[in-house]
Amino acid sequence: MNLSLIALTPFLGAAFVAAISRMGRLHAAWGAGLITLIALAFLFPFIAGVFSGQVVVQSVSWIPLLGLDFAFRLDGLGLLFVLLILCIGLLIILYARYYLSERDDMGRFYAYLLMFMGSMLGIATSENIIQLLIFWELTSLSSFLLISYWQTRHESRMGARMALAVTGGGGLALLGGFILLGEIVGSYNLTDILASGDLIRAHDLYLPMLILVLLGAFTKSAQFPFHFWLPNAMAAPTPVSAYLHSATMVKAGVFLLARLFPALSGTSAWFWLVCITGLATLVIAAYIAMFKHDLKGLLAYSTISHLGLITLLFGIGTPMAALAGTFHIINHAIFKASLFMAAGIIHHETGTRDMRILSGLWKYMPYTGLLAMVAAASMAGVPLFNGFLSKEMFFAETLSVAGQPWDWLLPATATLAGIFAVAYSLRFIHTVFFGEISPDLPKQPHEPPRWMKVPIEILVALCLLVGIFPALTVEPILDIAASSVLQSPVPDHDLAIWHGFNTALYMSITALVGGIILYLIRRPLFVLQERLDKWLSFKDLYELLLAKLFYLANAAVHFLDKQSLQRMVLIFILFILALGLSGVSGMDAGYSLTGGRATLPIDGVSLLVALVIAAAAVATAVMHRQRLVSLILLGTVGLGVSLVFVKFSAPDLALTQLSVEVVTIVLMLLALYFLPQESPNESGGWLRSRDAMIASAAGGGVALLVWAVLTRPYETIADYFLENSLPAGGGTNVVNVILVDFRGYDTLGEITVLGLAGLGIYAMLEQLKLAGSSHDGQGRAWDTDMHPVIMASFARLLLPLALLVSLFILLRGHNLPGGGFIAGLITAVALVMQYLANGVVWTQERIPFNLHAIIGYGLLIATATGLASWYFGYPFLTSTFSHIHWPVIGEFELASAMAFDLGVYLVVVGATLLILVYLGLVHHQSHQMKVRKRIR
Amino acid sequence: MELLISLIIGVLTASGVYLSLRGRTFPVVLGLTFLSYAVNLFLLVMGRLTIGSPPIITDGIIQYADPLPQALVLTAIVISFGMTAFVIVLALKAFSEMGNDQVDGQHKP
Repeated sequence: MNLSLIALTPFLGAAFVAAISRMGRLHAAWGAGLITLIALAFLFPFIAGVFSGQVVVQSVSWIPLLGLDFAFRLDGLGLLFVLLILCIGLLIILYARYYLSERDDMGRFYAYLLMFMGSMLGIATSENIIQLLIFWELTSLSSFLLISYWQTRHESRMGARMALAVTGGGGLALLGGFILLGEIVGSYNLTDILASGDLIRAHDLYLPMLILVLLGAFTKSAQFPFHFWLPNAMAAPTPVSAYLHSATMVKAGVFLLARLFPALSGTSAWFWLVCITGLATLVIAAYIAMFKHDLKGLLAYSTISHLGLITLLFGIGTPMAALAGTFHIINHAIFKASLFMAAGIIHHETGTRDMRILSGLWKYMPYTGLLAMVAAASMAGVPLFNGFLSKEMFFAETLSVAGQPWDWLLPATATLAGIFAVAYSLRFIHTVFFGEISPDLPKQPHEPPRWMKVPIEILVALCLLVGIFPALTVEPILDIAASSVLQSPVPDHDLAIWHGFNTALYMSITALVGGIILYLIRRPLFVLQERLDKWLSFKDLYELLLAKLFYLANAAVHFLDKQSLQRMVLIFILFILALGLSGVSGMDAGYSLTGGRATLPIDGVSLLVALVIAAAAVATAVMHRQRLVSLILLGTVGLGVSLVFVKFSAPDLALTQLSVEVVTIVLMLLALYFLPQESPNESGGWLRSRDAMIASAAGGGVALLVWAVLTRPYETIADYFLENSLPAGGGTNVVNVILVDFRGYDTLGEITVLGLAGLGIYAMLEQLKLAGSSHDGQGRAWDTDMHPVIMASFARLLLPLALLVSLFILLRGHNLPGGGFIAGLITAVALVMQYLANGVVWTQERIPFNLHAIIGYGLLIATATGLASWYFGYPFLTSTFSHIHWPVIGEFELASAMAFDLGVYLVVVGATLLILVYLGLVHHQSHQMKVRKRIR
Repeated sequence: MELLISLIIGVLTASGVYLSLRGRTFPVVLGLTFLSYAVNLFLLVMGRLTIGSPPIITDGIIQYADPLPQALVLTAIVISFGMTAFVIVLALKAFSEMGNDQVDGQHKP
């Protein structure tokens, strides 16, 4: 069975759910439930093995050069998390089906939820830490979508952005940490990392790596001082909060601590960093939770506080503490999910979450009240409920650091946090359900639909079962999870309710009694707190920092970008010149510009062509203000360049350059018709001579560079292509074989770009309406005869011949100069001639091809050729060939690369014609406009 | 011959740079085209200059021009056509939207 299916199923399911939600509102909920069950079914075959101590690792090589594998792992800890994610996910799916209102888009909600679930499963089951990081970032992204589900609300968008900024930033730190970790260990696989704890702890890079990894873990699990994103993420729909802040998102942070515990823990750096962060989070958040008037706000801060508790336990670092931390992960997930759901029901039924309004709900919803009471008792750590067990273990562990300086501080602070936890749990229940019913309730409350309560009932039953019969219920999964956290057998422990009268029990009693007292004197404390509130807001600090960051970025942009392209180009060119100069200045004094390679003699014809090119190039620059003249000169240069290609043994390039030149000039002429015929004289003499100097420096630099390179010997890898072209590629034209075979993948990319350029141009031209000028630069009117008869007739006569030539060039391309690119351009030129001679509309009527489709077919054929070799078991785009004997023509070679070349041909024809024909249509419209004007 | 080709590439670059620094779209497009010529030639001659032996496998001939830069340049020519076309149409679009062909794309008179 394939392990990766567990994590990948929800991703596929997200698309499925989004699709079926169109058929009916509730289909999405059913679909999401089904997908979760399927993922559970994929997990099922592994469960027995993992319980017997097996670690399942499955991997496929991904980028072996970088040590990256697509690798999955399932051990006790992974299994615990997968079960939590899937089972609580299932309950959330059921709950959300009743929670979401008619106006909410269920398909979108469940698709996001499944994406998030898949990302979490990926974290829990990754063997490769880089892969883990990818899923880690996916949780940040998908939680962004979930938190901002109600997109129209400002606070949803802000909360989502804040969560993404904080956890995404942490993800970056984590990436750095993981790369360092991989460098230290020499492998990115968890199996190797977990086995090299001593090597890691002794390494010089241990501390920076630890800090980076902890930054990732702490931002994700909302540890102080990064905790502020979590309360603001409460803008999400309540099922999302119940899922993200109980079993998933924030647990990913503590999962990482647990996962890397054997590799990273056991140093004083770990102890102090993790303990202090955990302790501070535990106390500060418990304190703030007490004073939150919003039900979800209270739960948010209590979540932060409990995460602090778990972090602190891992920080203490004894095996028993790690076991207690793992235990509390389970307990917190269970009671916090049910409390969030209860809060959601209260909000749903009363229309408010404000505890200053809510009161006396027992009268209307006693059943929900009872469920909430059990869950809250568990949160407070009351005996007989599951929270008590792990909290008791926690208290016992805080005593284990005895002997250190300030060893009384840890238990004392833990008890203080316990007092606050009892107080806020009491507040959640007592304020909301007891007392006089408030007249200000927005809605008349009553019990929610039957099935909305079922998820809470299940979780609350678990709270009790685990709390009363821990050994029978939670012990097996806790043991395997803790032993895979520790990478060794779990220490002796006794999951019983009663351990006799010991210090931990006294701490629990103190917390309970203190909490009740604190709750009773809450009102004066609220008043006091409101004064303190003003200077205790991390959200404000975050917003201030963000505003400063934006300001800084804007200032930088304004400094660099003065809204002038000329200036930017100038800076760019000067920078390159400076780079070149700095390269030259670094050379030894004895370095010669001219190398030892023998040069070829200059012949008269070459000299003449070179002079023509140079003269035309300089003349273009000098006369650029007369645009038509400069365009003609440009054409001369282009022809000269193709002659250079002929001279230096590049016939394919010469053919390509020649045909591209024709198309380019036609295109520029078409465009020039709409633009001013002359450039105004804007730049003064100084500016022009400055630019001329810069241009000469650039040109001189390039010339010297070319000279220096050409006079030196070189080594080439061309021999490989020359040797293998005929035997392996089946063609004698090596350039063409490289294009369609050796480097076929690059060519596929290039024709895709060309196709996209064509489509982009089409998009720009579609709404474009331009009126062309009616006369040239000297004020002479254009000729009124648009399509001279002689040209039209000749063009029609030439068309079949031209097409025949292009076909010939296409077919022979594999062996002689030619091929898809050149043939495509020649066909395009032949057809463009018809458009020019006979008019766009006339030609379009006779050649009614859909040019978009031609580009599409071309890409399709080229890709299909590549895929076909997969079908036969070869790498993508492997070519094959055979010789056939055709009548008349004789021996003819048929290579699969020719199908690829046909694809290239079609894309080139399609894209080139698309560009020219649509520009031609703009012309046609402009003439029509003129005709219309004349008629009026 | 090496000297000659160095000078040609240098002159093409210089014209390209000068035209790219102009303030109107049309000369800038011409400048970019010049730069493509220069770059394409530059790439080609990195395989050194060979006269009269195109890389087409023929019996009895051992020495060929380097085919690899040629393959690179062939696609580069086609792509630079795509780019030139895109830029010139962009220039048209800007002209139609802004009413002028200034490169900064602003509503200047």
